[in-house]
Amino acid sequence: MSFSRRKFLVTSLKGAIGAALPISAFRLLSPAEARAVVGDASRRWVFLVDTTKCVGCGLCVKACKKENEVPYDAPVTRTWVERYVVTRDGQTHIDSPNGARDGFTDPRIDDQEIPAEEITKAFFVPKLCNQCENPACVQVCPVGATFQTRDGVVLVDRNWCIGCGYCIMACPYGVRFFHPVYKVAEKCTFCYHRISKGLESACVQACPFEARRMGDLRNMEDPVTQIIMNERIAVLKDEYGTKPQVFYIGLDARVR
Amino acid sequence: MKKHALKPLWVALTVIALVLLARYVMVPKDFGVNGRNFTYGFHRQSAINDWLVVPVKYKGKESCNECHDDKYAENLESRHRLLECENCHGPALEHPENPERLVIDLSRDLCLRCHSKLDYPNSPRGALPGIDPAEHNAGLACSECHNPHRPDLEDM
Amino acid sequence: MTPEMIVHGAEWTAKELFVYPNEFIYWSIQIVMYPYMTGLVAGAFVLSSLYHVFGQQDLKDMARFSLVFSLALLPVAMIPLLMHVQQPLRGMYVLFTPHFTSAISAFGIVFSTYAMIVLSEIWFVYRVYFVDQVQVLARKTDLGSRLKRLVYQVLTLGAYDISQDAVATDKKAVKILAAIGIPVACFLHGYAGFIFGSVKANALWMSPLMPVIFIMSAVVSGIALCMLTYIVIMEFKKFQAILARGRGDESVHLIVGAEIDVISKTSRYLIGFLVAAISLEMLDLIFRGYTAMKSWDILRSVMYGKDFVNIFVLQYGLGNLVPFILLLLPKLTIKRTALALVLVLFGVFMMRWNVVIGGQAFSLTFSGFMHYHLPIIPHNLETYKEGLLGALTVAALPFIFFWVINKFVPSLKEN
Repeated sequence: MSFSRRKFLVTSLKGAIGAALPISAFRLLSPAEARAVVGDASRRWVFLVDTTKCVGCGLCVKACKKENEVPYDAPVTRTWVERYVVTRDGQTHIDSPNGARDGFTDPRIDDQEIPAEEITKAFFVPKLCNQCENPACVQVCPVGATFQTRDGVVLVDRNWCIGCGYCIMACPYGVRFFHPVYKVAEKCTFCYHRISKGLESACVQACPFEARRMGDLRNMEDPVTQIIMNERIAVLKDEYGTKPQVFYIGLDARVR
Repeated sequence: MKKHALKPLWVALTVIALVLLARYVMVPKDFGVNGRNFTYGFHRQSAINDWLVVPVKYKGKESCNECHDDKYAENLESRHRLLECENCHGPALEHPENPERLVIDLSRDLCLRCHSKLDYPNSPRGALPGIDPAEHNAGLACSECHNPHRPDLEDM
Repeated sequence: MTPEMIVHGAEWTAKELFVYPNEFIYWSIQIVMYPYMTGLVAGAFVLSSLYHVFGQQDLKDMARFSLVFSLALLPVAMIPLLMHVQQPLRGMYVLFTPHFTSAISAFGIVFSTYAMIVLSEIWFVYRVYFVDQVQVLARKTDLGSRLKRLVYQVLTLGAYDISQDAVATDKKAVKILAAIGIPVACFLHGYAGFIFGSVKANALWMSPLMPVIFIMSAVVSGIALCMLTYIVIMEFKKFQAILARGRGDESVHLIVGAEIDVISKTSRYLIGFLVAAISLEMLDLIFRGYTAMKSWDILRSVMYGKDFVNIFVLQYGLGNLVPFILLLLPKLTIKRTALALVLVLFGVFMMRWNVVIGGQAFSLTFSGFMHYHLPIIPHNLETYKEGLLGALTVAALPFIFFWVINKFVPSLKEN
């Protein structure tokens, strides 16, 4: 165990220095700088969504918007909940009014009455940034204003983003948007300010049903990691090769 | 006499030099490959810090317990023990200094997030106690009859 | 509306069925204008290079003009991007910290390289003229002439040698630059196609053919615009000369106007590139339909349903087929050519529109649609920049630039 971690660190150090070479070949790294380059790679934040537990209350969306200062009434959100209602005729009715900020209180979908006896199954699917292992949004940023931290979270540099929108276009999951106030790309950070202090993310904390959980994939003792390793899980849209790190329990084939 | 043919080249080189100079002045010194590789880790190192200093707004149930231990204990005995205090009372942030009192959301809409009846088979939502908001005491605040800390009606 | 509520894109996007909450038409009219203008630049340059490099003598009269016109178009290729980005003041960051895994990061470098090539080429073509002007203007003493002389003195960059040797060197330099310029121009535009073609999240855009299609249609539009501008200017000059004659000014000699000979020869190149562009687009379309991947259902409903008029009537029909027939019918006239050229330009514009806006007409969910409502009357800066007026501003600028540049670098001198 310790050997593999050591090996991993050495490999990543080599990789990082190797990658840094073309840019900074002209300056030598001080030991402190070298440490900064390596960062905290001993952790890999992952998310686990249990769709069989979600009731569509939307308290996660409310908490996220308030915690992360996303204007409450603007029609954009870092996380949202989708409702899927499958009827006897084989149709899937999907909606997410206002990103489910106020939950789902109306049985109608797009003003359409759906009689209870017609419904064969229905479920709610929370969505958020997948903090991909190979994030397409980071690859396409022309100025290096969005990046992946060593512990696997994709962040945006609000002071460097030029607001071209390429990352928004590149994300297959539609999690990015322009922040209405800062006018730069905005996205879920897994509540980086909270998880780095040992707190739960706002949405995880707000969820009454433990439908949302977060863990560290490098720590085999972590209960979330245990579930990911031991149980059958799925991810969204793996065909894009982005290697999403938000894992789902009970994901239906109809989920978009 | 080919010397004149190189003049545009000197102009071009001057322009490039100016851009490089501007780059040197304007680009933060901690900009570079700070992550796992150039593709995913090319950024300003201090940008991470910008995110770490975002103020935490939701303090969590345990921090409420420090002062409101009576309400905390009461809530733990009820079926609403699953809920965070701040889900209804709003983010505590700098409470009790500022604001001194939190605004409690007493709207029906808040309760309806879970308790508006949705007849969904195979979904935990269908199993939650639910009402039709148009039929069930329309216009009345839920807290008129139900105690949100202990919603079970036997104490009424 | 409070500023907190202004979400970029929400103003002109109408959603239908299930669309993710954060999805809006983020890339709007200015991103249509951007590849359109870049295409015109690249096309104009390629046209002039056909003469300078491959010695296509039939293009001689067009070559000078299209070179200068591509300079006028050059700054305009950048303006749509500046009008589109949310932080235009940070535009220089693309040059400061280019992240080369992004297709856009190369823009600053490729664009500047290309600009330097065009400027140098023009300098070599017009150097003798600059030196002449400095000498001619030396005899005049009024303020205007002295200022003008100063400009020309700067333009010569201090190279006053106009011996035969030096002029021969100039010619050689032009040829070399034009030769380097062709791949750079193609690269400049090809990678504009790559910007779209490499977005794997977008089912309509993702195609390796995209860069090639963009280059072909760029050359088509560039040639068409050069020909059209040439026709308009020459006809206008002819008209002016006739008017002057009418007023009894005998010193003016009549001009023939646009030469049908020049036009019909250039239009042959146009048709060639047009055929290539359409073939590639058709190949792309057939391939998508035949392979019918997951996205085909929604793509089909956009192409054959919601955007049918835009794609098949306006782009392929009116913009490609009609001008194709017009140009191929015997006994080509100036008027008919001009009409065909206008239609070609419109067709290429519609192609850009159908790629950029059409690519966002369906949701990432594949079960919803987004409709774009172009802001016509602006009520704030954003609806001006990303609305009809912003697009018209961008479309008008190259002609204004050309008018100014032509004051110092005359490209339409009749010899």
